[in-house]
Amino acid sequence: MHELSIALSILDMVDEEAQRRGDVGIEAIHLKLGLLSGVVKEALLSAYELASEQTRFAACPLVIEDVPVSVYCSNCNAERSIRSVQCFCCVECGMPASEVVHGLELQIWALELAE
Amino acid sequence: MTTTPRIVEVRQNVLKHNDEVAHALRSRFQEAGVFVVSLVSSPGSGKTTFLERALTMLRQQCRPAALVGDLATDNDAQRLARSQTPVKQITTGSLCHLEAAMVDRTLEGWDLKELDILLIENVGNLVCPASYDLGEDLRLVLLSVTEGEDKPLKYPTIFNSADVAIITKMDLAEVVEFDRAAARANIEAVRPGIQVFELSAKTGQGMDELLAYLQEKSAVRSPAS
Ligand SMILES: [Zn+2]
Repeated sequence: MHELSIALSILDMVDEEAQRRGDVGIEAIHLKLGLLSGVVKEALLSAYELASEQTRFAACPLVIEDVPVSVYCSNCNAERSIRSVQCFCCVECGMPASEVVHGLELQIWALELAE
Repeated sequence: MTTTPRIVEVRQNVLKHNDEVAHALRSRFQEAGVFVVSLVSSPGSGKTTFLERALTMLRQQCRPAALVGDLATDNDAQRLARSQTPVKQITTGSLCHLEAAMVDRTLEGWDLKELDILLIENVGNLVCPASYDLGEDLRLVLLSVTEGEDKPLKYPTIFNSADVAIITKMDLAEVVEFDRAAARANIEAVRPGIQVFELSAKTGQGMDELLAYLQEKSAVRSPAS
């Protein structure tokens, strides 16, 4: 379980970003979390709650957007969904495909600033 | 006056720092001409036995070294010392995975130009190491015949992140009624096209093929000197 260290990194990065913008208040943190990121959403949310306690982010929610897996299918010559993470096959044509396009994300993509 | 939140996009990767260190390591490895291979597996997959055998064999052909993420016992350290190759332990504390900065720190004191191949053994864990780039050229995932054929389906993320899958302890395949076809199909399902090797570090079966493959990959990578 490395979700606590991930949560701490998120807080550090957001804190830095807030300072950079003139110590602005942060009202929410939006995170993109890929299904193949190796991070478990529920574990990250509880780790975040723990890590943000008694910090300036205690009341600032971490909003997680799940990013499903998509691959490049050479047969369709297009980005496609897969059947499941247990079966890396194009949902359209059924061809095996392992070139991951989305699903690895672990990214703070936006912040809600207080004005 | 009411406050309206303003949304700003920042698009910052949470593992940005690790990725930067890994990137720098990768350039250093390339410049020094070291081919770097990392190993991930569950505890008990036979990693240490594999590492000992691989180092001993590689030593006949080139200058290998290893960084070891977790040594379960002193015995493991002694076994690796027997290979007579440089081996250092990475202190992970209670961490469940290696990070690029730990690799960087542990390499201090080694002249990379003196090495041809560096094996990095990650902590025995099939979840956490998936997210962390260590600057390696190849990531090997090990699966022993005693772990069950469905392991790739239970841990698709790490199998999908690997470049090569290795089925270890093949000497026990018959005893445990290992279903070779099912295991290979499951690996292929979560990582289509991945190279799979079957071997026994105990008997040496299949080791030559894997090491030849690594040498070949390393030759392709290094610029002609
Ligand atoms: Zn397709």
